Amino acid sequence: MISALRSLWYVFLNVFRRPITIQYPEEKVKLAPRWRGRIILARDPDGEERCVACHLCSAACPVDCIALQATEDEHGRRYPEFFRINMSRCILCGFCEEACPTYAIQLTPDFEMSELERQEMVYEKEDLLIDGPGKYPDYNFYRVAGLAIGGKDKGEAENEEPPVDVRSLLP
Amino acid sequence: MSPTAYALLNVGGVLFFALNMAAGLIWLERRLLALFQNRRGPNRVGPFGLFQPLADMVKIFTKEDWIPPFADKAVFVLAPGIVVATALMSFMVVPFAPGVGVVDLDVGLLFVLAMSSMGAYSVVLAGWASNSKYSLLGGLRSAAQMISYEVFMGLSLMGVVILAGSFDLRAIVEAQQGLWFVVPQFLGFVIFLIAGLAETHRLPFDLPEAESELVAGYHSEYSGIKFGMFFVGEYVGVTLVSALLTVLFFGGWAGPWLPPLVWFFAKTLFFICFFILLRAGMPRPRYDQLMSWGWKVLLPLSLLNLLVTGAVVLVRQGGGP
Repeated sequence: MISALRSLWYVFLNVFRRPITIQYPEEKVKLAPRWRGRIILARDPDGEERCVACHLCSAACPVDCIALQATEDEHGRRYPEFFRINMSRCILCGFCEEACPTYAIQLTPDFEMSELERQEMVYEKEDLLIDGPGKYPDYNFYRVAGLAIGGKDKGEAENEEPPVDVRSLLP
Repeated sequence: MSPTAYALLNVGGVLFFALNMAAGLIWLERRLLALFQNRRGPNRVGPFGLFQPLADMVKIFTKEDWIPPFADKAVFVLAPGIVVATALMSFMVVPFAPGVGVVDLDVGLLFVLAMSSMGAYSVVLAGWASNSKYSLLGGLRSAAQMISYEVFMGLSLMGVVILAGSFDLRAIVEAQQGLWFVVPQFLGFVIFLIAGLAETHRLPFDLPEAESELVAGYHSEYSGIKFGMFFVGEYVGVTLVSALLTVLFFGGWAGPWLPPLVWFFAKTLFFICFFILLRAGMPRPRYDQLMSWGWKVLLPLSLLNLLVTGAVVLVRQGGGP
């Protein structure tokens, strides 16, 4: 009985506390820098697409919402012919970002993704691609990887030794 | 003004008060609960969200009014009307201020008790006519709850009747000009408060519609305006119990400086806010706890209260054998 009255009193004391509600559309929520929101595809510092269409993100995706098809340009650079994320199915888990070997796919602190048509929730590559490098400003996969593409042969990447001539090792 | 016009004005005024109070309470309850829970509550529609009841009303009027094919149609339609009708009928005898009030019955208090018993039919019939197990369970619970809490609801008021010497609510208010009955009848006040909560099946006594156990209890199958009628009935009931507490224990319209009507409304509003605080701060008892609490604690207490009050009044008058 006493405890019931005491709990009533404690509930009543809440009248003098400030509401913790954030009045959302007028008052914006403070989002953490690592907030997992809208998915983007970043470009490398030279303005080329970072995505090398390795399919690791779509393999990692637990809800299978990423679809892409790989192709190659005339320099031997791989890139996705199409890259499609069904955002109405995406659960924003960030596994794709973790799986990505080239920092191409990234999650950003933006959650305001409502659409009036359900089909609009399917993001194509042009919806996903942004102009900048996102979270990793200086990284360029083809500049550091030992993969030969047009204009950059083996051994010409950063911190890469020239390839060893196997025959010259003969005694 | 002719007496007929005056009486009609009274009737219209009381109806207007009761129904608007029910609408306003929807807003007040949500805002107050939000206040107690560190939220903000509805504040989008109009200033401070005051037009929220209007928006709710538009919504509930335009909803599909669906009668389940397995329901007993006539009773199903009738049930929500009964609760509103009985609650409004009770307002007939409530004296708001000198000269304001529909009718002064000599058996005013008995009339209120009778009407609140009639209100039990609404819930039981709704639970029965819905023909679904949750509704039936809710109806059964409310039948048991209302019958057992009505017993000492009446008994707890007999102390007031003894002190005032009348069942007429206006006479009861006038008998409190010297001392409010809450002082000599504090026990009766507490018991009537609890019984009133149980009669209107507000939280913490909302077992007939306990949403965590029975979906929505007796109104599980109701939709649209019929569902709305249950809500209006509940809020009119809350207003009625608050008004009765004011009339029976807190001197009705009596109070200094302000006009009598303002005092009456202020006291009623205070109890309404207290009921909402109870909703925010009390857990719902288990069903057997509710029953044993009623029969084993409150009924003997109210009988004791009646006995002591009667004895004291007899000794004061120097009467008795």
